[in-house]
Amino acid sequence: MTELTVSVVAVDRNVWSGPAKALVAKTPEGEIGILAGHEPVLSLLVNGVVRITAVDGSKVYVAVHGGFLAVDNNNVRVLAEVAELAGDIDVSRAQRALENASASGVDSAERLAAIHRAETRIQAATAATAVTLHN
Amino acid sequence: MGAQLRVYRRRIKSVKATKKITKAMELIASSRIVKAQQRVDASLPYTQELLRAISSAVSNGSSSHPLVTPNDSPKRAAVILLTADRGLAGAYSSAVIKEGEALNALLRERGITPTHYLVGRKSVAYYKFRERAIVKSLTGFTDQPTYENAKEIGEAVLEAFLNDSESAGVDEIHIVYTHFLNMAVQEVRVRQLLPIEVVEATTAQASEEPKGAAVPLYDFEPSAEAVLDALLPRYVENIIYTSMLLGAASEHAARRRAMKSASDNAEELIKDLSRRANQARQAEITQEISEIVGGADALSSASSGS
Repeated sequence: MTELTVSVVAVDRNVWSGPAKALVAKTPEGEIGILAGHEPVLSLLVNGVVRITAVDGSKVYVAVHGGFLAVDNNNVRVLAEVAELAGDIDVSRAQRALENASASGVDSAERLAAIHRAETRIQAATAATAVTLHN
Repeated sequence: MGAQLRVYRRRIKSVKATKKITKAMELIASSRIVKAQQRVDASLPYTQELLRAISSAVSNGSSSHPLVTPNDSPKRAAVILLTADRGLAGAYSSAVIKEGEALNALLRERGITPTHYLVGRKSVAYYKFRERAIVKSLTGFTDQPTYENAKEIGEAVLEAFLNDSESAGVDEIHIVYTHFLNMAVQEVRVRQLLPIEVVEATTAQASEEPKGAAVPLYDFEPSAEAVLDALLPRYVENIIYTSMLLGAASEHAARRRAMKSASDNAEELIKDLSRRANQARQAEITQEISEIVGGADALSSASSGS
C-alpha cells in the first residue's frame, strides 16, 4: 500500500517526520483529511491539532499555530510558525496561560490569540493522553 | 631593580592579562559559531518548503499580488541593516554599514529616498551620531536572534510597504546582512526582499529539483489569493530570520578571528618585551660588575701607590 511521507516543520526545527497512513488538519474551511493518493493541495491552516496516523497505527498529535499544508505526490508538509508535539506540551503551564489570558479584562487581539494558543495546546495534549488511556 | 626593567615587567604583566581575556573571548566565540550554525541548519527545512509553496502558488495562481508587482516609479525604499550589538568583532558591523552606505548612494541615484530599519547597537550608534533619521531600531539580541525579533521587523516593513509611498510608505525593501559561507569566509550581501523577484525564485527552485519533477497543479484552499496573502508575509519574515541567523553566525566568526589575531599580537608583544627586559637586566648586571671591578681596581691601585 502506498503511504504518505509526512513532515511537520516549525520555523526553527523539524518537529516530526516519517511515513504515515493518514493526516487530519484544520483549515479555515473545516477539517481536511489526507490519505495516500490525495490530489495536490496547498491550504492554509488555522490554530488547531494536526492528527497523524503513523504506519504502525499509532497516533501523533501536534499543536499547530498558524501555517499551511502542502500535499503533492504523497508528500505532506505541514509548515507552522510554532508547532509542538503533544508529548512536549506542559499542560499545567498551558492551563495557567489560559487562566491568565481569560482573567485579564481587556479584549485585545493578543489576548484572544493567547487564549487560542493555550486552548490548542491543551486540546492536543488531552487528545494524546486520551489515546494512551484507551490503549 | 632598575627603573627600565621594572617598566618592562609591568607592561608584560598587563599584556598577559589582556591576552587571557582575548583568548577566552576567542574560545567562547568558537563554541558559539557551532551553535549558530546548527540554528541556521535547523531553519533550512522550513525555508525550502516555504519557497516551494510560494513558487507553486505564484506560478499557479495570479501573480498580480501587490507584494509581487514592482512599482514602476519607486520613490522610497526601506533598508534593513543587520549589525552587531557588541564590538570586538573586527569589521563585521562596519562592513555592513559601509555596504549600506553604498546601497543608499545607489538608491539616491535612482531617485529613491532610503529609510532605515536598524538591527544591532553598532548601526544605531552610527546613525545617531550622524543625526540621521531611523524609522525603527531593534537591539539586544543579535548574537541569538529569535523568530519573534524577525517578525517585529518584518511586520514593520510590511506595513510600510502596503502603505502608499505618498504617506510614508515604501516601494522597495532591501536587507543588508552578512552571509555565512564557512568558518573562514563571510561576505556582506544585499538582498531585495520586496517586491519579490519571482522569476529568480522559481528558476532557483527548478535547478534544485530533479528533472521531470514539474510543479504539481495545486488545489488552493480557500483560494490562491488567500494562500498567497498568507504566505508572502511569512516569506518576508523568514528571509529576515534566516539573514539574522546567518548574521549571528558571521558575527561569532568575525569575533573569533579578531580575538585570535589579538591573542597572537599579545603573544608577539610579550615575546618582544621579555627580550628587552632580559637585555635590560643583563645590562644592569654588566654595569654592576664593571662598577665592582672598577671600584676594586681603584682600591688596589690606591693601596699599591701608598
